[in-house]
Amino acid sequence: MPFIPHTDQDVATMLDAIGAPAIDDLFDEIPASLRCGPLDVPPGESEMEVTAALTQRARRDEPGPCFLGAGAYDHHIPAAVWDICSRGEYMTAYTPYQAEASQGTLQLIHEFQTMMAALTGMEVANASVYDGASALAESVLMAVRANRRSRRRGVAGAGRETATIRVVVAGAVHPHYVETARNIVQGQGIRLEATGFDASGTVDLARFETLLAEPPAAVIVQQPNCLGLLEPVNEVVAAAHAAGALVIAVANPISLALLAPPGDWHESGADIVCGDGQPLGIPLFSGGPYFGYICTRREFVRQLPGRIVGLTEDTGGQPGYALTLQAREQHIRRGKATSNICTNQGLLVTAATVYMSLLGAAGLNAIASRCHATTRKLVEALTSIDGVQQRFTGPFFHECVLDVGRDAEGVAEQTAAAGITGGLPLGRWYPELANCLLVCATEKRSEADIAAYREVLCRILIHAERPAIGSASEGSR
Amino acid sequence: MSTSIFDIGAPGRGAAAQRPAPGDVSDLPPEALRRKPPRLPEVSELQTVRHYTNLSRRNFSIDNQFYPLGSCTMKYNPRGAHRIASLPGFAGRHPLAELAASQGFLACLHELQEVLKAATGMAAVSAAPMAGAQGEFAGIAMIRAYHDARGDTERREIIVPDAAHGTNPASAVMCGYVAREVPVGADGDVDFEALKAAVGEQTAGIMLTNPSTCGVFERRIADIADVVHDAGGLLYYDGANLNAVLGTARPGDMGFDVLHVNLHKTFATPHGGGGPGAGPVGANERLAPYLPTPMAAKEGDTYRWVEPADAPDSIGRLSAFAGNAGILLRALAYARMLGRDGMRRVGEFATLNANYLMERLRQQGFELAYPERRASHEFVITFRQEAKEFGISAMDIAKRLLDHGIHAPTTYFPLLVPECFLIEPTETETKEELDAFVTALTQVLGEVRTDPERVKTAPHNLPSARLDDVKAARDLRLVHEPD
Amino acid sequence: MSETPEELHYASSHEWARLEEDGTVTVGITDHAQDALGDIVYVELPDEEQQVEAGAEAGVVESVKAASDIYAPVTGVVIAANEVLEDAPERVNEDPYGDGWFFRIQPDDPGELEDLLDAAAYDEMCSEEE
Repeated sequence: MPFIPHTDQDVATMLDAIGAPAIDDLFDEIPASLRCGPLDVPPGESEMEVTAALTQRARRDEPGPCFLGAGAYDHHIPAAVWDICSRGEYMTAYTPYQAEASQGTLQLIHEFQTMMAALTGMEVANASVYDGASALAESVLMAVRANRRSRRRGVAGAGRETATIRVVVAGAVHPHYVETARNIVQGQGIRLEATGFDASGTVDLARFETLLAEPPAAVIVQQPNCLGLLEPVNEVVAAAHAAGALVIAVANPISLALLAPPGDWHESGADIVCGDGQPLGIPLFSGGPYFGYICTRREFVRQLPGRIVGLTEDTGGQPGYALTLQAREQHIRRGKATSNICTNQGLLVTAATVYMSLLGAAGLNAIASRCHATTRKLVEALTSIDGVQQRFTGPFFHECVLDVGRDAEGVAEQTAAAGITGGLPLGRWYPELANCLLVCATEKRSEADIAAYREVLCRILIHAERPAIGSASEGSR
Repeated sequence: MSTSIFDIGAPGRGAAAQRPAPGDVSDLPPEALRRKPPRLPEVSELQTVRHYTNLSRRNFSIDNQFYPLGSCTMKYNPRGAHRIASLPGFAGRHPLAELAASQGFLACLHELQEVLKAATGMAAVSAAPMAGAQGEFAGIAMIRAYHDARGDTERREIIVPDAAHGTNPASAVMCGYVAREVPVGADGDVDFEALKAAVGEQTAGIMLTNPSTCGVFERRIADIADVVHDAGGLLYYDGANLNAVLGTARPGDMGFDVLHVNLHKTFATPHGGGGPGAGPVGANERLAPYLPTPMAAKEGDTYRWVEPADAPDSIGRLSAFAGNAGILLRALAYARMLGRDGMRRVGEFATLNANYLMERLRQQGFELAYPERRASHEFVITFRQEAKEFGISAMDIAKRLLDHGIHAPTTYFPLLVPECFLIEPTETETKEELDAFVTALTQVLGEVRTDPERVKTAPHNLPSARLDDVKAARDLRLVHEPD
Repeated sequence: MSETPEELHYASSHEWARLEEDGTVTVGITDHAQDALGDIVYVELPDEEQQVEAGAEAGVVESVKAASDIYAPVTGVVIAANEVLEDAPERVNEDPYGDGWFFRIQPDDPGELEDLLDAAAYDEMCSEEE
């Protein structure tokens, strides 16, 4: 009985108190026909055995240098971050509904809200949703509610016969985010329409204008976009607001220490900013748990989904924190709630808060600029190989699309075999970019890592055809 | 409150060891750059560590306190599972890594899918949803996809009991349905006659928790399944209370078509002050084609992702990558430690602890909401008498219990029982801990009679006295403001 | 005991309606309703010139532990909303039939008021609910 503390004596005493002959009698309200036999799972193992078995599996996946980003980034994580997060007081607490017994978590979330609002240039933030993709879905629902024009047409909660609400996806937004958002919002009659990207890898402004002719409820733009490039966000915000649409910005929080925050875009600023908090001290974790953040203007705070912490006072007049605006949430508002979200990503918010405190504005800016410069070095090194070139020439943050002149799937497989996570074969997202790899170099990638990648890529692209050439002369142009 | 992190810094201070040398950004267009740095803390590494360590001490947690929060299954979260999920091969693996560099993780994911199939009696499982509520969304979206695929598009309603978790109606509405409530009777079971009257050709499905949110087993579940199925509707199982029947009864055998499991409850992954959780969904043969992606598949000795071509009818992805992978690993490690017998004992001892605690409280004079029923893994008591006689609310009693170093049970849920506690002790608590709870609650009840003011003004021994949530909502102060 | 003025009309969803001398109808929530909700923290009002239908949602009132929809008691056009409540929702608790009014409607048919409950019937309904 791995984690059950009862002795035989305990069981006997307890059954006696209940007046039941055996534990099995406690299930006498379950019809016998619904009882199941032993589950078809193996017998239990000790912690040592399970650790050994799963460690063996984990070892198979241990990665070499990672040049893959595409929404999840391999940053350095200060040791203090997870030392603090692993404290039982944070890790094994529930949602802070009992405020007086949860001041630690509540104050931390309030500090987190403050930090996220500052980073994005917004006024308020929530205490997280699941991840960046679900944050986009929730932001779309929120924008549709907030946009009164759409609301008068009748949207959320009105059943299945509502008029179609349009939301325009401007430029290259992460395809997994768009797909997630589409899957989540379509039941409410909301349709996402994409502009796609033009030859520059950013929003096709002509097509964008066309889609604004009939004003949508909202426009989504990602900065930097999912190809790593900087979108013309000022133009997008100006055009969207002129058309009466709200603007949803998707942003990498690390980039916000370096790039203009969405609240400053154009004159009016974005209305909702969302994204994934993973870069802020959270390991790659095979895809999760990360957390999604959503920030907005104060006027839209009642449309914000998820938990929100407010500063208040106790009966002695001392300041303290409590969950607030709970009447938006499902446990009170049920079918009319802003969202069905209950459990969020609290522990990851804890990590991000500690991370942002350690780094501060100057530290985050240093990391962002370092990532940019390192990625430039990577691009210079790889494009010095014959046949490898930058696919798009505009400015990028810390990811770049490289055309490797052949099916990038095979190339990625071979770099993986050589122990390097070499980037994302973009044919998975865009068939026309089948020869392209999306590469990224964070502050963790050393000159040696880059040199190693270059050597591996050279071998794959050139060596295979001209096996006799030594590494020194590879790819010189 | 503690001083804010924003008030303990100084301009120019920072954790220098965490700062790389800045890189050259002169090639970026100046108009794309941030003009003013964001207002973030300026503190040293020690200040950060000390601040957040001190804050943590203002929390109750399972590691420190008995935490009998009904519906939340606050049981011990094994440290071993946490360590396994944090192994470098798992924690460092990029979600889009090549298959060859993902075999270890995919093997774990596939194994978890198989374990959950066995535990729930379902034909297939997708571990993609990131929390219970997202599992509900997935399940209802699958029900809708199923009806739509058959051209059966006039079904508009999802039935939920009025005692259901708020997530149930909220999830139904997110999927474009109308949530129709049916009443729960005085015995805690769904009012069967009302249910029969509510079911019809407009019914897309029903969402049920079993054992229910009232802490009792829904005895007529087989009849309910027949009524709903006969009308062409489908049954969704909210797995929030699976812990009660793990290894004893399976939702698949009860007639459910689709379900979610809260891994952060039944499979002991920590709640983290609000999350993360994970809400894998399971489905029978009929609904399996609609399960969300990604999922792990096994071919011979190798593993791969289920591709869109394998699952053309899937409701698609619900997250950027593969859901809360780290939580899935924790759950697998826990499940393997339990094994076949351990899983059955989870349900048995959760039920033993709940029934023992219920019986002890009954003997002490507490009023049970469903006195004729067995408790499942949790039960409801009501303070309606105390409210009437002494003007004391369940919230007052909850706050006073905090003074005894015990986290309060869930208050005011289910909504239909006035002034109630929903109490869930879980299987990992000792008899001594349960007895101490009885002593503390009995003491508070005595105080209600002798010194009600003391209870109304509780807590008295915590970092904060009773917090004013009316002020918090009227005077919104959602970010720290500089002095 | 909560107060139920004789001269008003009442909806079973706990709104009151008063026919003003100029033929408009003022709407609020009853003393019984504000008491049941507890401290009101937010009121969402309809827009001026918005068309509302009798029995259809026209606003929301929130306390910290509950949220209720406000239904228009008669069909018509909203001609005024009580903006005071945006910053001082507590006025609903303090003076539900006076300063705590919600909005005013130009009714299509003032006769619809007769479909509502009178004070005695409303009181009876409330005591049955308890």
